[in-house]
Amino acid sequence: MVQVKVPTPLRKYTGGAGGVEAQGATVAALVDDLERRYPGLKERICDASGQVRRFVNIFVNGEDIRFLAHLDTPLKAGDELSIVPAIAGGR
Amino acid sequence: MLSARAVLARPTSPAAGPLAVPSALQLVGNTPLVEIRRARDGVAPGVRILGKLEGFNPGGSVKDRPALKMIEDGLARGRLVPGKTILDSTSGNTGIALAMVGAALGYPVELVMPGNVSKERKQVVAAFGAKAIFSDPLEGSDGAIRLCRQILAENPDRYFKPDQYNNEANSLAHYETTGPEIWRQTAGAITHFVATIGTGGTIMGTGRHLKEQNRSVQVIAAEPADAFHGIEGLKHMASSIVPGIYHEEALDRKLGIDTEDAYNMVYRLGREEGLLLGQSSGAAHVAALEVARALREGTVVVLYPDFGDRYLSTNLWVGWQKLGGTTP
Repeated sequence: MVQVKVPTPLRKYTGGAGGVEAQGATVAALVDDLERRYPGLKERICDASGQVRRFVNIFVNGEDIRFLAHLDTPLKAGDELSIVPAIAGGR
Repeated sequence: MLSARAVLARPTSPAAGPLAVPSALQLVGNTPLVEIRRARDGVAPGVRILGKLEGFNPGGSVKDRPALKMIEDGLARGRLVPGKTILDSTSGNTGIALAMVGAALGYPVELVMPGNVSKERKQVVAAFGAKAIFSDPLEGSDGAIRLCRQILAENPDRYFKPDQYNNEANSLAHYETTGPEIWRQTAGAITHFVATIGTGGTIMGTGRHLKEQNRSVQVIAAEPADAFHGIEGLKHMASSIVPGIYHEEALDRKLGIDTEDAYNMVYRLGREEGLLLGQSSGAAHVAALEVARALREGTVVVLYPDFGDRYLSTNLWVGWQKLGGTTP
């Protein structure tokens, strides 16, 4: 299982949990698994074409997937994935 | 099409201002309005759209106004005295503004900000000599607010906390400066004022002044359409700690703006108007267009909180093009 850290604005989909578990051999597969467990979550992370939204950053073990293999970035058990909005509101 | 002469005309009167001012603080406010000439598709010819360029403030954003006012107020009330440090939570522009004002007045500044604010902001704050304390990026600006409260509670006598979310001097700054400037600059012709919501200070104070001049002026707020968004500086009110100075009943309308639409508008304004603006300005302009398209005539003033050059390292410009998304 991969440990997933969920930002506050998305916790309404996870029953308030800031950390959940999901599985998948890649980030794309993990996002699909998250959607099965927490319906509605994928649409917030990805746009209609399935790509990660411009303002969303995904980190695997602290590394931005833009600098790895994007949605094809491989995952293994014990990895930590963080979903972080690019910025934070309220000046 | 305007002639080149008309476009390039400069003011020739002494109103251009004095040659020198006593300090950077006297440069806060009196920002220009610019006519939007191309990024106004679907808008009737009888409707003007004027953008107020708050990036012309010395700290680079609209936040210079409330920062200066809150610190002046703290000094006047004896809450900020020599030996105290200015402390507040911020996701960027207020921090830069407080750091700038603190530097100009000789007071140390400490700022609590989410770890995911843009790199440029962190660097600018450091350049003004302020100390940054980073809160959990996953908790957004509310996380910074809570951490700041905790730091203050541990050492209440050490700090002066302007508390931009609950300090009426924040909206008062706009009531006393932004509102009167817009009224004067449009010679009272403004019919609609559009601004984004971060603390609510801009729209509350400016809107109140404008409505006192002419009750029919419509005040319209733009906010992120969803709690999970990428418009730096803005709050989605329904899912946030609501600022004490924000009174939604004072608004005529509130429009929810998608992050992607705001980003795309930033690219348009750069290419079509020669204005490189930040994400919140993009959001404000999306809202302004929606308002303007419903009018046959009128003068819409939209406030652009800052320029775009302090976001060049952020998702607004970097990275996702490779995934086949919209390339700016």
